[in-house]
Amino acid sequence: MWWRSASFILDRQQEQNTSLPPNPESLLLSSPPPSMADSLQNPKPDISAYYQTRAAHHAVVTSDWLAQAQSAVSLQSNDDVSSGSDGRVAPTGGGTGGDNKTFSVIDEFNSWRKQPDLAEAVAAIRALAAVIRASQATTMMELEIELKKASDSLKAWDATSISLTAGCDLFMRYVTRTSALEYEDFNSARYRLIERAEKFGEISYKARRIIAMLSQDFIFDGCTILVHGFSRVVLEVLKTAAENKKHFRVFCTEGRPDRTGLRLSNELAKLDVPVKLLIDSAVAYTMDEVDMVLVGADGVVESGGIINMMGTYQIALVSHSMNKPVYVAAESYKFARLYPLDQKDMGPALRTIDFGVPIPSKVEVEKSARDYTPPQYLTLLFTDLGVLTPSVVSDELIQLYL
Amino acid sequence: MDARRMSRAVPRVRQVGFFTPNTPAQHPQPQSAAPSSESPPLSDSPASNSLSPVMIPPPRHLSDNLGGRTAAVPVPGRENSGELPTVGSYNPSESVLWLDSPPRSRIGDEELSEGAESSLGWYRRSNSAKFASSLPSGGFNLSTVKHPESVAAVEAKNPLPEKSEAQKEQASSSKPLKAKTTKAERRALQESQRAAKAASRAEANKSGTPGGAPSSKPMKQPPQKKDGLPVASSIAASERIGVDRSVEKERKKDLPPPRKQFDDESRGGRAKRRSVLNQPEARNRVELFRHLPPHKNGTQLPYLESKFFELHEKHPAVYKVGLQYLAGDLSGGNARCIAMLQAFQEAIRDYSTPPEKTLTRDLTSKIGGFVSFLIECRPLSMSMGNAIRFLKSRIARLPLTLSESEAKTTLCSDIDRFINEKIVLADKVILRHAATKIRDGDVLLTYGSSCVVEMILLYAHELGKQFRVVVVDSHPMLEGQKLLRRLVVKGLSCTYTQLNAISYVMHEVTRVFLGASSIFSNGTVYSTVGTASVAMVAHAFRVPVLVCCEAYKFHERVQLDSICFNELGDPDAISKVPGRVDVNYLDNLTDKQKENLELLNLKYDATPSDYISVIVTDYGMIPPTSVPVIVREYRKEYLLI
Repeated sequence: MWWRSASFILDRQQEQNTSLPPNPESLLLSSPPPSMADSLQNPKPDISAYYQTRAAHHAVVTSDWLAQAQSAVSLQSNDDVSSGSDGRVAPTGGGTGGDNKTFSVIDEFNSWRKQPDLAEAVAAIRALAAVIRASQATTMMELEIELKKASDSLKAWDATSISLTAGCDLFMRYVTRTSALEYEDFNSARYRLIERAEKFGEISYKARRIIAMLSQDFIFDGCTILVHGFSRVVLEVLKTAAENKKHFRVFCTEGRPDRTGLRLSNELAKLDVPVKLLIDSAVAYTMDEVDMVLVGADGVVESGGIINMMGTYQIALVSHSMNKPVYVAAESYKFARLYPLDQKDMGPALRTIDFGVPIPSKVEVEKSARDYTPPQYLTLLFTDLGVLTPSVVSDELIQLYL
Repeated sequence: MDARRMSRAVPRVRQVGFFTPNTPAQHPQPQSAAPSSESPPLSDSPASNSLSPVMIPPPRHLSDNLGGRTAAVPVPGRENSGELPTVGSYNPSESVLWLDSPPRSRIGDEELSEGAESSLGWYRRSNSAKFASSLPSGGFNLSTVKHPESVAAVEAKNPLPEKSEAQKEQASSSKPLKAKTTKAERRALQESQRAAKAASRAEANKSGTPGGAPSSKPMKQPPQKKDGLPVASSIAASERIGVDRSVEKERKKDLPPPRKQFDDESRGGRAKRRSVLNQPEARNRVELFRHLPPHKNGTQLPYLESKFFELHEKHPAVYKVGLQYLAGDLSGGNARCIAMLQAFQEAIRDYSTPPEKTLTRDLTSKIGGFVSFLIECRPLSMSMGNAIRFLKSRIARLPLTLSESEAKTTLCSDIDRFINEKIVLADKVILRHAATKIRDGDVLLTYGSSCVVEMILLYAHELGKQFRVVVVDSHPMLEGQKLLRRLVVKGLSCTYTQLNAISYVMHEVTRVFLGASSIFSNGTVYSTVGTASVAMVAHAFRVPVLVCCEAYKFHERVQLDSICFNELGDPDAISKVPGRVDVNYLDNLTDKQKENLELLNLKYDATPSDYISVIVTDYGMIPPTSVPVIVREYRKEYLLI
């Protein structure tokens, strides 16, 4: 396999021999599992991946990256989320706060989701926070009802977005469940809610960082990682690994029809990570060379399976049959109380697909944008709650919602 | 007694050993006169020398066996044994349902020593015997048998009772029925007595004599015929009861040492000592399942009935429920559990703390006594175990400051709440969850008869969803027919098939809905036998399997197979095809051949969690891996309520 090719390892080792002296402190804390470390020569065996990552993450969102992403997002406004909102023209949001009289959650939400680095769930929660700000309610009950209406309309606006639904549910859960709210006077309770909503954005950033750190242990030197589509978390993971000076190769699928794989390969190339671009149908062909599959998720469902961009299921099937691990990187706010039994058990999320040539009207086109990968094909989930097996998802959901 | 026990060692003597003496032993009925007068003709066989002269018919076919070794058989209590018209069992009138199967099999296995006409004469005789005997005894019998019989009759008449309501209905309707015992009913009773005697003989040589065969018929018949032939079934039911009683009585008198029924010897011994019921004797049982308590196929019922007014420590409500379990009138996890809780509720209402005792302790032990009685009637289901645990924890947590009446009302309302929240409301929640998984055009498959699944199907139908139902069924219970009937009546389009055809129907199925008796911590679903195969076939066809189960049935135990814990059904039930004499191949086996035959009728099986897509419970839809989470959360909740 690739990492065993001597030339590569030698190349790299020469580079790394000029690295830092061993840090005694980190020696104790270094955590890469031995099974992965022993088979290959870790160029810097004594540097704790954990602390390196942490250090690297203080400057994780560079302005350069933001600019890049901004330009990318104007092309594909909702890549991470499988919202079938292509047909919809997102109305230009009327400012960031609740400054306009004709306040609409949806406008608010849309303005938030325009930000490239903001997850949909965060945008939803920010939008709900704006509802609180704009609200004329004088009692907690009124406010709750108003919030409920707003979240319902948000959910109805885009029923296909799982993280939107999950975000709304999560926030509503907080509102109804937080006992502290009941003992405070209305204004401070309201303030607390807004604060919480503001914080949620941070939490979501932090979640990505945590996931990236946790997943470092699984990326060993010389490994080949297959990724599918573009996911911010996956990018974060890979970026962190690259910053940790891990040597790995990434195979990016093309990600038809919106070609999100191209974007990811673009990002990775900037990080100097060796990238190979595959067409989506070449997954099985290349699976022999692959050591692990890493995908993001639009939503993690109660069974522990994931809903993700079309093609994830087949990749999982191929890698399962070839005994390659499939890792999923997903923030915990993507956990949703859904339980699809099969592919067709979800509301359809459609999108237009451009084949480049006109398609005769008699020919039907499968337009679904996402598929469901059952838990038995997933190895582990990297979440901000820790590295979980698929079955723990339901455990967390039960604790959260029951 | 001892002599008889010893005789057991010799396999062929067994039947003799039991039955001759026992049946007579404690029949208080004065019926004996008539038959006894007729008996002598047959008593010339060596066997009947030692037997009472009265015992005409049984010896007839036994005589061959008896020939050599009757000496070993002392026959106590023969004096009053005249009534022994075991004969009655063969009377043709009884065979409304299974016309001539018993005689045939009979004839088959005796070497026709007496020829056909003798046996005919025998029928005739028995007929007269029955008239003579049963008419006078009618009044007496009615008093004791009345109640259960009427219950059975009621059931027969309402083939579609809603489970939980069913028993209420029974309770209410049984009274009026009791009052008017029509001629027909009395007649039924008489026949039942006759059947009883036949069965008593059958029971006696349970261990594998040909006589064992017919006994199963009356047992099995009622549930199957229920919807079609109310009259017949009521007769059958009464027959069953009759059968049971006489057998029971004989059983009481002398019992062969039962096989080990518990893994733990000491526990087994304790259980035996405490038991109100006599343990049925061991019969040819499959080695792997010897540790399970043998099936008590309703044979104990009459004995218990007779004790109805003696056993004061058992509350009548509990007693009644126990009898219903025993007779098989109450089945289905929820129905059994609700009935039990309501009986306990009644018992608690009537309870008063004895002097110098505290309510908490005394009531707990009392409940414990009830429970062990119920266990004897039929092993508890996991759900009942959970409910009992709940009740006991409620009792233990009663504040000491509470007065007795307050404590009682608290407990009663606790029980009500348990029934409401954990069963009734839970079912409603499950309905709503499960209905979201039914789409137009679906083909849903269900197995057996689960009340939750039935409710789901009806609910989805009410919602106007267009779907088709495949009801899969299996012998010997054929519960699916009950479900099928109720669905068809409500206008659902159904397909009915047997378990054997499952792989054929599965390809068109889009969802499989199953009920469960219990779900264990490792996600294993413990349910009616056959469920596992349905789930496996569905899995092989990649059809999602939805198990619908209330969370109170979850159990923290881990079980990997269906061997360790299970329940044995009536072994004879599976060797018979009711109403089809021509295919009852196992009937005419000789004693010796029967020794090579082991019948296994398991009631439950365990479905590994791999074959289950989702468990629909009152906490939502969860994967089977999350059962322990629910158990953890739930336990907390219901211990604290």
